Amino acid sequence: MQFFLEIVISGVLSGLMYSLVALGFVLIYKASGVFNFAQGAMVYSAALAVVGIMDHGVPMWVSVFGAFVYMVAIGFGAQRFVLGKLVNQPSITLFMATIGLSYFLDGMSSILFGNEIRSIDLGIVDEPIQSIMSATGLGISKFDLFASGIIIFLVILLSVFFQFTKIGRALRAVADDHQAALSLGISLEKIWTIVWIIAGFVALVAGLLWGSRNGVQYALSLTALKALPVLILGGFTSVPGAIVGGIIIGVSEKLAEIYIPPVLQDAFGGNYGGIEGWFPYIFALLFLLVRPEGLFGEKHIDRV
Amino acid sequence: MIYRESGQFKKSYRADSQLFPILQDKVGVCIILCIALFAVPLFASEYWINAILIPFLIFSLAAMGLNFLTGYAGQLSLGSAAFMAVGAYATYNFQLRIEGIPFLLSFFLGGCAAALVGVLFGLPSLRIKGFYLAVATLAAQFFVVWCLTKFPWFSNNSSSGVISAQNLEMFGFSFNSPASKYLLVLGIVFLMSLIGKNLVRSATGRSWMAVRDMDVAAEVIGIHLMRTKLLAFAVSSFYCGLAGVLYAYCYLGAVEPDGFSLELSFKILFMVIVGGVGSILGNFLGSAFILLLPIFLDITLPALSSLFHLPISQAFISHVQVMVFGCLIIFFLIIEPHGLARLWSIVKEKLRLWPFPH
Repeated sequence: MQFFLEIVISGVLSGLMYSLVALGFVLIYKASGVFNFAQGAMVYSAALAVVGIMDHGVPMWVSVFGAFVYMVAIGFGAQRFVLGKLVNQPSITLFMATIGLSYFLDGMSSILFGNEIRSIDLGIVDEPIQSIMSATGLGISKFDLFASGIIIFLVILLSVFFQFTKIGRALRAVADDHQAALSLGISLEKIWTIVWIIAGFVALVAGLLWGSRNGVQYALSLTALKALPVLILGGFTSVPGAIVGGIIIGVSEKLAEIYIPPVLQDAFGGNYGGIEGWFPYIFALLFLLVRPEGLFGEKHIDRV
Repeated sequence: MIYRESGQFKKSYRADSQLFPILQDKVGVCIILCIALFAVPLFASEYWINAILIPFLIFSLAAMGLNFLTGYAGQLSLGSAAFMAVGAYATYNFQLRIEGIPFLLSFFLGGCAAALVGVLFGLPSLRIKGFYLAVATLAAQFFVVWCLTKFPWFSNNSSSGVISAQNLEMFGFSFNSPASKYLLVLGIVFLMSLIGKNLVRSATGRSWMAVRDMDVAAEVIGIHLMRTKLLAFAVSSFYCGLAGVLYAYCYLGAVEPDGFSLELSFKILFMVIVGGVGSILGNFLGSAFILLLPIFLDITLPALSSLFHLPISQAFISHVQVMVFGCLIIFFLIIEPHGLARLWSIVKEKLRLWPFPH
């Protein structure tokens, strides 16, 4: 039971990291209807920018700021030169354009900041917290707890921003109805740029956390893909959905990784590790068959 | 002036609906086929055949498969490489486990196995579409590669799932030389593109396009959605599977599951986008373009850098390649969403009048 609990907790904490990437997807999708495949590449780019600038011997906070500037530039460029040119195209075209964008970002960031594997040191060690360990016997990583704290803080920050600022209200208006928002004098172009910049900021936070956890390497881009099943589970348009979906995916993949391979091994022999690699996708796929709009998504009605 | 249909009258409906209605097109296609059939095996160097022409044909076939699904039926797939892997591994196992099975039959069965897996992963398309489906096909991509790596049965207990293709022998002739492999690939690809071209202009192709343009409306006019979508998945995966078989047997010789990665799937998708979504010719153009571009960059970038005395590394070249790929995709989607195939038809329009302005 203790072992089980430990897996669940580590699943929840790592799931929150997926949520963070998924959050970036949701923000852009809600505001502009673009399914941004490049979010993973943005996370990777942000992490690369941080370590790349730090290589020049500047302190951490300067390089984080530099990376933020880089993300702003990317967000601005993406809206100005890619998606701004593709307004009113079918969403599948937009999706393919963001695949192109993700290749472009991967290449550009690697050229600018080098692609050798490095790590970010946030100054928090990835070790179990002693007091909880001795009290309950559960090993909870200090880093995971710290990361979850950051993520929860970020979500609260974003919801306050959306709820109480002028720009936030405009963002929600655009998400509700493009045309109505436009007729009230809200500039779609401007709002979309802002959303891309916010998504870039979220990607930066994700890049910092992922990068210090697993090292800054190309695999980061692929890990970020796991945010896709999270979105499917949570629904594309829901921020709480991204969080809950992330937790479900995190826990289920950890459980699958622990409990499925021994079963297979008994049946067929051999080694069946690495289930984590595909389990979220299959899980999301099966879920789609039952509930195509996701847990919190809006029900879609087709009209001819 | 030269390229125009004036004076070529069609007297029956049948004559009007030929594959290549204009004489110039017929002559052109015949010349290309003759060059491919006779001149290439005689004069092309081994490097050209092995490293460029064979993969070009194979990727054209794979792109055609994806194009049926994405370009004609409107279902985006990110798992083409997985279906290629299924084809390759199925054929390997048919050869291994069934004594004396003819190669062509095992090729066909490999394609059928891929089609079966394709239908399985296409089932969700009945309830979902768009990006949801794209994510569902990602599941196929990761799951298939994992299965082939982890279950030793598929690769006959070889380490990390590597299979090496058996010697190709058909009709008492063994296909060992590059030229003979090239001719085999050419034959299969020619046959499949002929079938494909006819498929997309038949009732099947029209129903695919109806589903692509608006599935609810298609259903209303009496197109069976489930049958149409699953057929698109089956045909598409069959083509991809067959391409995978040729990839293993005629191109690489030995393949591992990790070779059929997401990268490869994207490469095929790029071929479709660059070549032309919803065009058979486009697959060939796209495949040639995506294959030749890295070679072109490999040659020109070092030359450019030596011109400006900049140090340049292999890593830099590969990053630039990735960047250029990304740019190209965006460029084509913005400027010419129908790809190189559309450019070609614009050229044809111009040629009709050339050299006169009107």
